[in-house]
Amino acid sequence: MQTVIVNGQEIEIGATDRLNGIQAARRVGVEIPHYCWHPGLSVVASCRMCLVETGTRDKATGKITMVPKLVPACQTPAVDGSVFVTDSDIVKASRARVEEALLIDHPIDCPICDKAGECLLQDYHFEHGQAQRRADIKPFTSRRREVGPTVSLFVDRCVMCTRCVRFTREVSGTSELMVINRGSKEEIDSFPGFPLDNKLAGNVVDLCPVGALGDKDFLYQQRVWFLENQPNVCGGCSTGCSISTEFHQDTVYRLKPRENPHINKWWICDDGRYGWHHLHDPARILSAARSESVSPSNGSEKSPEWSDVVVALRKDLGVAIGPSGKLGVSVSPMLTLEEAWMLCTLAREIDPGAMLAVGYVPSIGSDETFPGGFMIRAEKCPNRLGVEQIVAMFDPSVRSWNDLVSSASNGEITAAWISGGYPFPWIDQTTADAFHTMSCLVVQDLFDSPLTKKAHWRLPSVGFAERAGTWINASHRAQGFSWAIRPPAGVWPEGRLFWNMLGRKGLYDPGVIRREFATGSAALSALFDDIPAHGIDLRISQLASST
Amino acid sequence: MSDFQPVLLAGIGITDSFTRASYEERGGYAALRQTLTEKKPTDVIDIIKASGLRGRGGAGFPTGLKWTFLPKDHPGPIYLCINADESEPGTFNNRILMEEDPHQVLEGTILSAYATRATTAYIYLRYEYPASWDRMQSAIDECYAAGYLGNKILGSSFSLNIYLHRGAAAYICGEETGLIESLEGKRAWPRIKPPFPAVEGLFHKPTVVNNIETVACVAQIVRRGVDWFRSIGVPSDPANPRDPGSYGPKLYCLSGHVNRPGCYEAPLGITVRELIDRFGGGVWKNRKAKAAIPGGISMGILTEAEFDTPLDFSGPGKVGCLGLGTAAVVVLDETVSMIDFLYNSCRFFAHESCGQCTPCREGTSWSLRMIERIRAGKGRIKDLDLLLEIGTTIGMMPGTTICGLADGAGWPIKNTIKKFRDECEDYVKRTNPTGWMVNEPVPALAIVNGH
Repeated sequence: MQTVIVNGQEIEIGATDRLNGIQAARRVGVEIPHYCWHPGLSVVASCRMCLVETGTRDKATGKITMVPKLVPACQTPAVDGSVFVTDSDIVKASRARVEEALLIDHPIDCPICDKAGECLLQDYHFEHGQAQRRADIKPFTSRRREVGPTVSLFVDRCVMCTRCVRFTREVSGTSELMVINRGSKEEIDSFPGFPLDNKLAGNVVDLCPVGALGDKDFLYQQRVWFLENQPNVCGGCSTGCSISTEFHQDTVYRLKPRENPHINKWWICDDGRYGWHHLHDPARILSAARSESVSPSNGSEKSPEWSDVVVALRKDLGVAIGPSGKLGVSVSPMLTLEEAWMLCTLAREIDPGAMLAVGYVPSIGSDETFPGGFMIRAEKCPNRLGVEQIVAMFDPSVRSWNDLVSSASNGEITAAWISGGYPFPWIDQTTADAFHTMSCLVVQDLFDSPLTKKAHWRLPSVGFAERAGTWINASHRAQGFSWAIRPPAGVWPEGRLFWNMLGRKGLYDPGVIRREFATGSAALSALFDDIPAHGIDLRISQLASST
Repeated sequence: MSDFQPVLLAGIGITDSFTRASYEERGGYAALRQTLTEKKPTDVIDIIKASGLRGRGGAGFPTGLKWTFLPKDHPGPIYLCINADESEPGTFNNRILMEEDPHQVLEGTILSAYATRATTAYIYLRYEYPASWDRMQSAIDECYAAGYLGNKILGSSFSLNIYLHRGAAAYICGEETGLIESLEGKRAWPRIKPPFPAVEGLFHKPTVVNNIETVACVAQIVRRGVDWFRSIGVPSDPANPRDPGSYGPKLYCLSGHVNRPGCYEAPLGITVRELIDRFGGGVWKNRKAKAAIPGGISMGILTEAEFDTPLDFSGPGKVGCLGLGTAAVVVLDETVSMIDFLYNSCRFFAHESCGQCTPCREGTSWSLRMIERIRAGKGRIKDLDLLLEIGTTIGMMPGTTICGLADGAGWPIKNTIKKFRDECEDYVKRTNPTGWMVNEPVPALAIVNGH
């Protein structure tokens, strides 16, 4: 057992904990201000904001010997007997001086700065700075420089913490950013001819403690204090990064990584970061529609009420199957476990012999790994493993999308329900033609496709920020999340539709569904309890239950 | 002292002193031959430890002790870096050694490498020394030809390659970890310590960084013995058990307002006054001296009354300066304005600050801009207090920076303002008769350029 003393308070840290002063102090609720230190990057100890007094306590005598100068907490390991003093006058004076120094050349253009409201320079100045400006440096500029296609640098706001430079060297491995010039004239810049253009580039904006790096996608779109955020999971690929969806009045403005040591650490890729625009795409399918071939038009183009859809869908499918037909259902890997389970249950209610298949699994290129360990997966859906588990509960043979397409071509099935939810075009004309003979085709998707053109029932789908439920990523980690924004008016999320079609009362509650299938599946039994914020590794819990 | 004969500079003035032939004629490389056949590396370390040699680069750290910090039984490689990035204003003794007697430096380098078991040595040469570059490179070539360098030197099992690396003219490259970063091809931002270079230095391997003059001393100590070295200089202070003493000859760089500026060899402990009178031929133009820099501007400044301070490793510290530094003595005569001196020194450090640590980057630049305003006739007494605050709060000693550059920037500021406060106040009052007493913060932020 190791004891660390922070401001006279003793804390115990584990024998294997490798903490620095900042992390140790955090354990007792003491915040040591810092700019350059970041847990995911190397330590440079250059901003000098985290200077504290340190010392060691002799184990035998209990005598504390202090170091006769200030030291950076980020660089000082907290080991047995370490003493940190973070609130002495000398520490406070030092912080005030660093704040003063950082503001000497800073434009102080907070009113037009996107970072205002979540800026460490603002926060620390308020907490640790001096009330009066003593430096009399008058003119300053506020230069903007494009360092890459997605990121702008506001040169004079920079405090030279070099987090962005270290990120491109250590995590993305692309090294586009560097420091040019020397002394107080130094600036961040990209190498000539090598703009900041990599798939992790957006992270430098999150890393920037001040308003120096701006995300062009978010720039001047919304004041940060209007943003609410909801813990969410990125649906862009099967890595399933933990994210925060930041929104205001049902409009998403940006996505930020949410720290998860098991999946994405502190990062997300740009595909995911900017992968929310489809939510507000005007081309989205925004209402349920029933084509004439199933029900001859009575001249009304009005989309049906959802309460009617719930009834009519069941009826149409029942009629289409008749005594000898068969229903085929594609369970999209974009759906949550709960939605997938309800869809399967529903399909078996309508046709006890219904063929269940895992929906189309999009794959683009190959997996990309970065020097910092971050991985972008080729599989561009969040829940293939999860949907496979759910489908296996109903049919151990776990058919694939291709199986379903050939069953449709050879007439094995006579009606089909294709759940989609893909934010990009995914099906070509030839594949869609396989469903030509369906007597009832239900297609549920975000956008029109060759398949929706053939559909008897075209139903809207929702995006990741509008869903609630659980996804299982490629590393078998299950993460639960709730919806961040409401879907556009007139759109029912899949979960709500299935819930109502199953005749459940009240509002769709993913927790109720999750506990139901967790009881019925050994593989998913760990999901019976609430899922922690960082998710739960199903392989570990499976091992635990089998031993 | 009058019978002191130069040793390190013994070759100066001899025709073709920079050639191997001349150096060998003067007894050069005999010690190397003897050491490689008769002594173990640890013997050399013991000799240097016993001699009390302290690093000549500025910090005065005992060289033999530094060598013992290398990990024992390390599989290698261990690197030896010779710091020839001589950038401290007023310092030029390394240049003299490299230009006039490069083989003395090389013999010392080879001996130091032998002692530290380094098989690769880099000489990090200041960009502004083209003549040193030429002389050192031809000397290295001569050594390879004569078998003093390369594989199995002089038939022993010891091999060494020396590479001459030319810097790109930055003061910070003289800081040992800045030098290492620069050698690795990076921006010369000093590293945080620990780990110290002896544990993890160049290319993450144990590394020793020694100064040119230090290795020249190593060559002479190995040739002439410990007793010779310890017979020169100032013994350790018996009252201070932590004082390792200041032994051996030292190359003093005398410049500024003296009649005969130059590089002079004298025993450690000579006073500024002796240096000016005996070597420099007195203050020029029959003027009086006003002040002197004891060892490069980063060491602070001595008033004329403090000229009897012995220039050994602990002398300048007794009169409020940082230390001996590089022993570059710059003499200022009575006509010099201390505000101008301050301006010059602030400009240097603002220009040379690497920009890594906030207090140094902004402090040096702020102090320069403050001095510029004072010189423009808009100074305030309050500015002197602000300057003093900057001077005392930036640096490795108060703990606000990674390396010692900021300490160096601070010492001339605090020394000048403390020792010449009256003159500074007079200057401010004289040049700004209406505004010197203003105490309110100057309003800032006149113009905002939107983007």
